[in-house]
Amino acid sequence: MSVTREEVAKIASLARISMDEAALDHMVPELNNILAFVEQLGEVDTSAVEPMTAVIPQEQRLRDDVVDADPLTGGGRRDDVLANAPVAEHGFFGVPKVIE
Amino acid sequence: MTDFTQMGLKAIRDGVAAGDFTAREVAEAHNDAVAAASELNAFIVATPDHALAAADKVDAARAAGEELGPMAGVPIGMKDLFATKGVQTAAASHILEGFKPPYESTVSQKLWDAGAGMLGKLNMDQFAMGSSNETSYFGNVASPWKKLGSNATLTPGGSSGGSSAAVAARLCPAATGTDTGGSIRQPAAITGITGIKPTYGRCSRWGIVAFASSLDQAGPMARSVEDCAIMLGAMAGFDPKDSTSIDAPVPDWAGALDSNLEGKTVGIPREYHVDGMDPEIEASWEQGKQWLRDAGAKVVDISLPHTKYALPAYYIIAPAEASSNLARYDGVRYGLRDLPEGAGLQDMYAATRSDGFGDEVKRRILIGTYVLSAGFYDAYYTQAQKVRTLVQKDFMDVFEQVDVILTPTTPTAAFALGEKTDDPLSMYLNDVFSVPASLAGLPAMSVPATLTQDGLPLGLHLVGKPMDEQGVLNAGLAIEQRAGFTAQPEKWW
Repeated sequence: MSVTREEVAKIASLARISMDEAALDHMVPELNNILAFVEQLGEVDTSAVEPMTAVIPQEQRLRDDVVDADPLTGGGRRDDVLANAPVAEHGFFGVPKVIE
Repeated sequence: MTDFTQMGLKAIRDGVAAGDFTAREVAEAHNDAVAAASELNAFIVATPDHALAAADKVDAARAAGEELGPMAGVPIGMKDLFATKGVQTAAASHILEGFKPPYESTVSQKLWDAGAGMLGKLNMDQFAMGSSNETSYFGNVASPWKKLGSNATLTPGGSSGGSSAAVAARLCPAATGTDTGGSIRQPAAITGITGIKPTYGRCSRWGIVAFASSLDQAGPMARSVEDCAIMLGAMAGFDPKDSTSIDAPVPDWAGALDSNLEGKTVGIPREYHVDGMDPEIEASWEQGKQWLRDAGAKVVDISLPHTKYALPAYYIIAPAEASSNLARYDGVRYGLRDLPEGAGLQDMYAATRSDGFGDEVKRRILIGTYVLSAGFYDAYYTQAQKVRTLVQKDFMDVFEQVDVILTPTTPTAAFALGEKTDDPLSMYLNDVFSVPASLAGLPAMSVPATLTQDGLPLGLHLVGKPMDEQGVLNAGLAIEQRAGFTAQPEKWW
């Protein structure tokens, strides 16, 4: 299966990556090369095979349902959370206007 | 005067503990080596003060008669993928440039707790995507090695290319790496150093910038098997903050090292004999078999029938996970924001991500988005996960008869920078021998074997049973003792 220029533009839009015409020109053949390579997986008979979900079998662990079970990842860290934001105002992340 | 930069991790630690020299002297020598090696571009950020502060703490602890940790007095390099509190952690990308984590990754914290200090943040392929360290936003890393009779700049491998270059060039005795499809083992092999990726889940992923979460594992890169064993012991261990962390005790790998392989069986997978294989790689593989026989092991041929499909499965699974993981870079919470004049929120996302991600990262995000999209999910992603089950089953079947598997680490020695950048697919083929063990979550290491006629290092690759890092390290030690690899690059930087 190969992808067209329009399809690549659609995928880029889904991935929220803006691409100009020149970037699309490059990307279309590159993606088609890679897709042609992975296409060979179709040769493998997997009709009786389960898809892998965990490479090392593990039990799902649950933490205790208490506030601040781990102080590092619990609450009360607003300033740390905002410290690297490109725009932070009044204790919130700042974004451009969303609703007209 | 002792040249501390020629000493390995254990020699430094033991010398500091014995009082032969101070941790501060060691840190200063390595800080100087880092400062003098800017031509290699192995470090994105140097942190000499961190190294000195850690060293002073060790010297003070020793003076006070306190017990010293297993990495006490050892200055190391930290791959830029590990979150380090207050020190830029950019994953070698533009989109995270300037990001200073308010927290420390579990693995780096464990290393500091063990007495290590940080010389700086090591360059790498952007978001660990690449095999030649040519996708970093902060520039290529140059290998300290050169081909005999040539002045061309060679790749240090990738994605842990800053780590491999720095350890090979004696800027640090050891460094952290991460390995998703071979990113510890491939750069270790082509720079003549040693590196191990443990069983998936041994090292916590908490605080490591995520690439492909079901594959990513941290591990040490150093100049001997024993140094790797010591450092892996300091990095590994259960962490409740990583939901895939293995809740099992960390064995004393370094203490249990034993190169006597009597009673052990080594498997040689026939599918790794590829058509047109480099004769020097083939010869080093033959030599490796003989070394393991000399160490007492029985060497048998085995078959891993789905080997051929591992790489294509990997190039669906890893980009799929990456496209999901990298959705977090949106210009809102951290890192770069590109807000064109009058743009709304959606345009800001698209502009930020277009500006902030490099070409290889974009390629993988797009592949991942495609294979996960409605209508294609089963044909690509589900099929790849089924093939992954088969690749793992191949390994588990042969581990009924063998203890460890021996292959070459890479299909070729180091290539020149720029040689493969025009063809992403030819770059991917570098990882053909390392990817299968990643898909199966197995411990695997690369040990230096020999130099090519052109004077470049080649590595041998050992793959072990789940949780059997010891078996891998022991076979690695048997090779190391027989290979007697002492070559190091001639200093030109």
